[in-house]
Amino acid sequence: MVLIFAETWNGAFKKSTFEAVQYGAACADAQGSTAVAVVFGPCTPPVESLGAYGASKVIHLHGSDRFEPSAFAQALADLAKELQASQIIVSGTANGKSLAGVLAATSGAAAVSNVTALPSSYSPLTVERSAFSSKGIEQCTSTASCTVLVLIPNALGLKPSSDARAAFEDRNISLAPKSHVGEAHVASGKIPLPEAERVVSAGRGMKAPENWNLVEELAAVLNAGTACSKPVSDIGWRPHSEHVGQTGIQINPQLYIAIGISGAIQHLAGVSGSKTIVVINNDPEAPFFKAADYGIVGDAFDVLPRLTAALKAHLS
Amino acid sequence: MKILVCISHVPDTTAKINFTAGGAALDPNGVQFVINPYDEFGLTKALHLKEKHGGQVTVITFGDATVEATLRKALAIGADDAVRLDGVPTDPMQVAGELAAYAKDQGFDLIICGQESIDYNGGIVPGALAALMNLPFVNACIGLEVDGSNAQLLREIDGGKEQISAALPIVIGGKKGLVEESELRIPNMRGIMTARTKPLAVTPLSGSAALTAASGFTKPAAKAAVQLIDSSNLDELVRRLHEEAKVI
Ligand SMILES: Cc1cc2nc3c(=O)[nH]c(=O)nc-3n(C[C@H](O)[C@H](O)[C@H](O)COP(=O)(O)OP(=O)(O)OC[C@H]3O[C@@H](n4cnc5c(N)ncnc54)[C@H](O)[C@@H]3O)c2cc1C
Ligand SMILES: Nc1ncnc2c1ncn2[C@@H]1O[C@H](COP(=O)(O)O)[C@@H](O)[C@H]1O
Repeated sequence: MVLIFAETWNGAFKKSTFEAVQYGAACADAQGSTAVAVVFGPCTPPVESLGAYGASKVIHLHGSDRFEPSAFAQALADLAKELQASQIIVSGTANGKSLAGVLAATSGAAAVSNVTALPSSYSPLTVERSAFSSKGIEQCTSTASCTVLVLIPNALGLKPSSDARAAFEDRNISLAPKSHVGEAHVASGKIPLPEAERVVSAGRGMKAPENWNLVEELAAVLNAGTACSKPVSDIGWRPHSEHVGQTGIQINPQLYIAIGISGAIQHLAGVSGSKTIVVINNDPEAPFFKAADYGIVGDAFDVLPRLTAALKAHLS
Repeated sequence: MKILVCISHVPDTTAKINFTAGGAALDPNGVQFVINPYDEFGLTKALHLKEKHGGQVTVITFGDATVEATLRKALAIGADDAVRLDGVPTDPMQVAGELAAYAKDQGFDLIICGQESIDYNGGIVPGALAALMNLPFVNACIGLEVDGSNAQLLREIDGGKEQISAALPIVIGGKKGLVEESELRIPNMRGIMTARTKPLAVTPLSGSAALTAASGFTKPAAKAAVQLIDSSNLDELVRRLHEEAKVI
């Protein structure tokens, strides 16, 4: 069977969770087995709603609250053993990435991260993954009886859900965290970058932090997350949590709009998985144009307000 | 404090990545290898902790003789001694197994890894190492202070950060924020000279099994040429994003 870590965020499912469930269900289908999702702690939507993405059963674990990698890994490893999981599916969110290695070692499983497609074979398990900061694609084969697959969020696309309901089971467990998780600070109202389907990003070409209202207005119309190049977060114009690239966050949105960013290789390393890239730069020679789908040669301060207005008109 | 910094030896961030004929493996020709950038933040943090609390900083890499240049650089930056686990790593669980086999009786208070290595971008080794050693694990660690036998940490989470405390020893997967970029150290002449005489032990493997193998590499399909749209005609961009790209 296929076990899925169905992550919740503030008591609700994340989009990446639906992707993981859908992926696990497709793996289970291909092997003629079942997909079982595991939910930890309080959850507002009914857990059986994960049936809409193909889970045949949901195990809801009570007695666990905040994410802690060792504790969650132990609970999942126990279930994987009990149910004889052949794959464990985890989405590569911040929590998913913290969990994956601990879970693999705790359950004696192999681990394959940065997975971008369904397995091409199940015996032995062979799956495509991204490597070398999206500069290479690796076919990876696992020889273990159980493999943890860590998916790149947004890479697989979500199919429309059905109204199917999954069977569910409540279990009380006691977890043994190895660290104490304290206060969290999350920027309110912001779309977490790895999950954002659209991202508006800007670089040093914006000249000064007070000009970011232009970037934020464009992002607001698109319901997009905001990101920035590394120098922009280094000089403190934007928070470090917005820094994308090789040494920042890696993202794979449907739409990436890069404004006043030159397109250095380390920047591209974090964003080249984007489906469609739009580059706005006043230098026609900016290297980013080579990696773009659509390009506008122009001054950001002139283009942005007009683009925001044009999009607003289109979307209304 | 006894600190172990796990270092992976990776192609420089600007390296052009090519694969050998048939896509069997990375072609190292013309590729400059460096300390994994995430590990460089970790190494600098380890040196800060040593300066504050005293102790010893050991760097370790699982790799063949070619990784020794990277270990010597870490010694030149300030690590006290280096260990090379002699072999060619092929799988993250094997790497974690070998690191754990080495570290288990050494009494490290802190094991610092990077959150991922920028070559295969696995991000698996640190958590697996923590679990194999039965130690607490904090990933995407952007802040770390030690007081006595406890550590206060900051972890980056989606859209924010959270505070964590744990009793030493612990394993972290670190990144920028542990120290700032301006604090990274470049080896100076004296560092390079003394690095030559610092111990670099070559240790045989313990026999941890690899559970995965790469069966081939390809490069992503090249992008089609950019479509330039006149900046006076932004409605055209909107139309194409809607009709062609179908992203709005
Ligand atoms: C080890 C290492 C890791 C790195 N990791 C990252 C990373 O993760 N992420 C990252 O982003 N960078 C990273 N970098 C830095 C990277 O090499 C570049 O220096 C950086 O991306 C450049 O940022 P930028 O494009 O904002 O600035 P610049 O290179 O200064 O480019 C500014 C651009 O704005 C354009 N511009 C100027 N004015 C306007 C205007 N009015 N309207 C429109 N366009 C305008 C210019 O033509 C130019 O193309 C890394 C570097 C190293 C060495
Ligand atoms: N061959 C290796 N030798 C020593 N440490 C390693 C090795 N590979 C990975 N690591 C450590 O594990 C971290 C994450 O690597 P990875 O899981 O391969 O992405 C790196 O930043 C290193 O700290």
